[in-house]
Amino acid sequence: MTAAELPTPAPVPSPETEVFWDATAEGRLLLPRCRACGYTIWYPRAMCPSCASTDIEWVDASGRGFVYSFTVVRRGEGAYRESTPYVLAYVELEEGPRMLTNVVDCAPDGVRIGQPVEVAFHDTGEGHALPRFRPARAEDDDG
Amino acid sequence: MTIRGEAFIAGAYEHPRREIPDRSVAQVHAEVALGALADAGLDMDDVDAYFCASDAPGIGPMSMAEYLGLRLSHVDTTETGGSSYIVHVGHAAEAIAAGTCSVALITLAGLPRAARKRGGSRGAGFFLATPEGSFEAPYGHTTVGMYALAARRHMHEFGTTSEQLAHVKVAASHHAQFNPHALLRNVVTVDEVVESPLVADPLHRLDCCVVTDGGGALVVVSPDVAHELPRRGVKVLGHGEAVKHTSGGRPDLTYTGAVSSGPRAFAEAGITPADIDYASIYDSFTITVLETIEDLGFCEKGKGGTFVLDGALHAPDGRLPVNTDGGGLCNNHPTNRGGVTKVIEAVRQLRGEAAPEVQVPDCQLALAHGTGGSLGTRMASATLILGQEDS
Repeated sequence: MTAAELPTPAPVPSPETEVFWDATAEGRLLLPRCRACGYTIWYPRAMCPSCASTDIEWVDASGRGFVYSFTVVRRGEGAYRESTPYVLAYVELEEGPRMLTNVVDCAPDGVRIGQPVEVAFHDTGEGHALPRFRPARAEDDDG
Repeated sequence: MTIRGEAFIAGAYEHPRREIPDRSVAQVHAEVALGALADAGLDMDDVDAYFCASDAPGIGPMSMAEYLGLRLSHVDTTETGGSSYIVHVGHAAEAIAAGTCSVALITLAGLPRAARKRGGSRGAGFFLATPEGSFEAPYGHTTVGMYALAARRHMHEFGTTSEQLAHVKVAASHHAQFNPHALLRNVVTVDEVVESPLVADPLHRLDCCVVTDGGGALVVVSPDVAHELPRRGVKVLGHGEAVKHTSGGRPDLTYTGAVSSGPRAFAEAGITPADIDYASIYDSFTITVLETIEDLGFCEKGKGGTFVLDGALHAPDGRLPVNTDGGGLCNNHPTNRGGVTKVIEAVRQLRGEAAPEVQVPDCQLALAHGTGGSLGTRMASATLILGQEDS
C-alpha cells in the first residue's frame, strides 16, 4: 500500500462488501465469482446478476488489466475539487469486469485506451485501501 | 394493451425563467402546473392523476398533492432521472387507457442555479448509499466525467471527433437564437466549441448543457376530455422505456438504452425513424445526442458523427431537425434534467407553435427522447412518439 496524491475518500463497507474491503488492506484485489455459472461479478454483491445464484465465492484478481476508456477530469467536485487534472477510467480486468477507477503514477495526458495497467492500493487511513491502477511495468522490470 | 391513440397531450408549459432565486421548489411546481392546465383549458379540480419524480419536494406525490389541493385516483412517481417525465407520459396514457384516470398532470421543477449560489450541492452521501456507491464515488466520478468516458470510447471505436460533436451544439445554438427565453442565445461555431475549455476530456464546456432553475408541466387527457377542449392536442402514438446497466461490470459505453426503448415506441406507433419530422433528443451533453441518434435508428451505429454534419440537425430544412427550442445545450435544463422540455417542444412543433424560424413545415410526427443516469453505464432511456391530433 502506498500513499496517494489523489484524495482517498473512505468507502462504506456493508455486510456484503466488508470481505472485499478488508482484503484491500492486505493489498489483495478480490472479485466475487458465481459458483453456479462461473461469472466474475463487479461491483461486489451477494447475488450473481447473470444467473441469480446466491452461491458466490471470492477469488484473487491478478491485478492486471487495460484501459477501456478514460477521461482527464479538469473540474473536480467535493474531495477532488483541488485535485485536477486527474484520470478517471474504466479498467478492464484480466478476469473480465470493467471497474471505475483512477489511473495514477503517470502524466494524465499520456494515458491511452488499451494501455496495460496494474493495481496499486492507496490507503484511506481508515483501515481500507482504494484499488487504483498505474501503467504496467515492462516484463523485464519484474522482480 | 396499446396506448396508440388512447391519450392526448392537451397542455404543455415551460417556465419562462432560467434563474429563479425568489421562489420555492414547490412554488415552481405549482406555477408550471397552473401554466399547463391553463394551456389545456382545464382547472386544478379536473386533475385526477399526478406524476412526479424526485425533484418534487417530499415523499413521492404526497407533499405536492397536498400543496396543489389535488384529489387523485392515480399516482406514479417513477424516477428514471432525466427520462422520468417521458416515462410519465407513457404511463399516464396507460393509466388513461386502463380507465383509472382521465386528466393526468406531470410536473418537473427545481432550482439548481439558486442552490449553487447559496453554496449548496448534492453530497457524496447520495452515491455512498447505493450498492455501487463505494466502488465509484471514491474515484472522483463527476457527471461530465462519466459522459466523457462514453465520448472517448465512441471516438476510439468509430473515429468520432470533437468537431463532429460540436455540430450538435452549433445546431442547438442556431435554434436558441430564436427563443427569447433561452439562457444562451448566441450562435456558436464549431471552432468556438472545440476551443472552449476542456471540462473532462474530450468534452469541452460548450459540449455541456446549461444549469438552469425552472421547470415544466404536461397535461395528458383521455380522448373524451380532449374532444371537448378548445386547444389542439397532440396524440400519443407510442412509448418505450428501458433500463440499461453494466451487466455485472461489463459496461459498453458506446450505446444507450435507446436501442431498446426506440424500437418499442416505433412498433407501438406503427412507424419508422424515417417517418419522423421532428425529434427532441435529450442533450445533457453533445455525446448524448450523437449516441441516441444512432441507437434510435436515424443512422447506422457508429455513423452519428457523420450524420450530424452539414446542418443535418438544423430546422427547418435539416435531415432531422432536433431540439428547436435550443435544447438543454442552450435553452433550458431545469433541475439538471430536461425530460419534460423535450416533450414540450415536440408539442409546440406538432401544434405549429414553435418559433417561426425553426417551425418544421407540416410537422406530422414527432419523437421525444429522454436519457437518465450515466450514458452507457447505469441509465434509463425513454422514447415517446407523438402525432397531430387527427393523426
